[in-house]
Amino acid sequence: MFVAVIIAIWEVISKLGIFPTFMFPPLIIPSVPGGVTVFKTLIGGIFSGQILAATGVTLSRLLIGFFIAVVLGLTFGFLIARYKWVDDTLGFFVTALQSIPSIVWFPLAIVWFGLGNTAILFIVAIGATWTMTVNSSAGFKNVPDIYINAARTLGSSGSHLLKTVILPASVPHIISGLRVAWAFAWRAIMAGELLGAAGGLGYLLDLGRSTQAMDLVLSIMIVIGVIGTIIDNQVFLRMERSVARKWGLRT
Amino acid sequence: MKVSLKKVNKSFQKGKDDTLKVLNDIDFNIEEGEFVSLAGPSGCGKSTILKLIAGLDSPTSGEVLVNGNKVKGPGTDRVVVFQEGGLFPWMTVFENVTYGLLRKKMSKKEAEEKAMDGLRMVHLINFRESYPHELSGGMKQRVAIARALVMDPDVLLMDEPFAALDEQTRLVLHRELQKIWQETGKTILFITHNIREALTLSDRVLLMSTRPGAVKKEFTVQAARPRDPSDSNIVDLERRVMEELEEEMEKVLKEEFGNDYHLEKSHVRSSDHSDMGSHI
Repeated sequence: MFVAVIIAIWEVISKLGIFPTFMFPPLIIPSVPGGVTVFKTLIGGIFSGQILAATGVTLSRLLIGFFIAVVLGLTFGFLIARYKWVDDTLGFFVTALQSIPSIVWFPLAIVWFGLGNTAILFIVAIGATWTMTVNSSAGFKNVPDIYINAARTLGSSGSHLLKTVILPASVPHIISGLRVAWAFAWRAIMAGELLGAAGGLGYLLDLGRSTQAMDLVLSIMIVIGVIGTIIDNQVFLRMERSVARKWGLRT
Repeated sequence: MKVSLKKVNKSFQKGKDDTLKVLNDIDFNIEEGEFVSLAGPSGCGKSTILKLIAGLDSPTSGEVLVNGNKVKGPGTDRVVVFQEGGLFPWMTVFENVTYGLLRKKMSKKEAEEKAMDGLRMVHLINFRESYPHELSGGMKQRVAIARALVMDPDVLLMDEPFAALDEQTRLVLHRELQKIWQETGKTILFITHNIREALTLSDRVLLMSTRPGAVKKEFTVQAARPRDPSDSNIVDLERRVMEELEEEMEKVLKEEFGNDYHLEKSHVRSSDHSDMGSHI
């Protein structure tokens, strides 16, 4: 309903002709018969494979970068929680690194890796790693001693203790870390692709800008929004709910 | 002798040159199959003693022996039942109980059978698929007891396991624990600040004094089991323990309130007197 109202308002503004159609294209009903609409471009883009292919490229980069960030973040987080000296050194450094927007790394990435996939992966990973590190170290640090002591007297130690107690006990923190890291990764990849890398949704956005095709730009924004919502609902919310149900926490 | 502490001292580093002595020359033995309680005010180091025996902490000096062997770390021959909250919330009751068993490299089938026996003993067989948060406080502690007992430890260490429970539930669990103890013949060390609880459950109560913690006095409880807290023997002993404790409590209160504690006491008395005079 709310979405319908937004669409209606958009259509009215578009039809009033205050702005040229290329700047403010209608969503569903074309201004002139057979003219462009965002909806038409979106459907066309999906069927022609243009948007679909770009989405595939972006998502695969995103997943790889995100995966690297999660692995690094969990490792750093564990080391920070486990060793005081790592906390004093790396822990402090991470706080500083976290405040640097990941796109700031881009010039460096281009020089190091060239303008391409690796550079994009680099900034996606680096954008998500630090927040994952901060969250997971908080999770590991806050594992109540009583769980660890109980497990130790029941014969657990070392990697078994890590796998069966420390990791599961940190899961609530880790999930919120994943969620924020995912959002950071999205921002990083869009910025990176916009600034230059073949393929991907960001590249398509840039194409839309240079050909003054706002219908394309808006289509892509819709795609990004839809993907974001689906991931959030289907993946992260589900994870949170299942943990909340098990632990008896409120969502 | 099942458990033996010899001249055990424990200090914690407080600041750079400041150490806090929590245990001073602790010396006691627990015989095979004996039920012994360590009782005393909070901060007397009774939980620290349990941690030393469990191997979760090590003494600054002295020796802790279990079965004649020096304690070097945690081991499944000494399992702890912690205060409420010791169960793993991400595991079901059944998974909690089988946790230690599976770690023992026993077959899954055997572990599951033992876990079922354990749960049957504490009457929670129907709750095996529940998560801890779905259970009441008393049920959680029963699961914790089952989780410890299935390990078949030489010594069962209990760290204020019933402290967070309501009186009703606690009385039920006292009866159940005594029954389990009589059936299994386990050696039990029970930590509590509740004197009546200690006297109801144990063969012997070690009363601790505080700062630094030391065993102040030992009481042997000779009353028929299953025990009734209103048994004249226990009531009599409770009075004697309380007298001993009063001294300790004063020490604790003085430390908590500083000099105010004494000031207030004398102040109350003097104002009482003046009131009496003015109303005549």
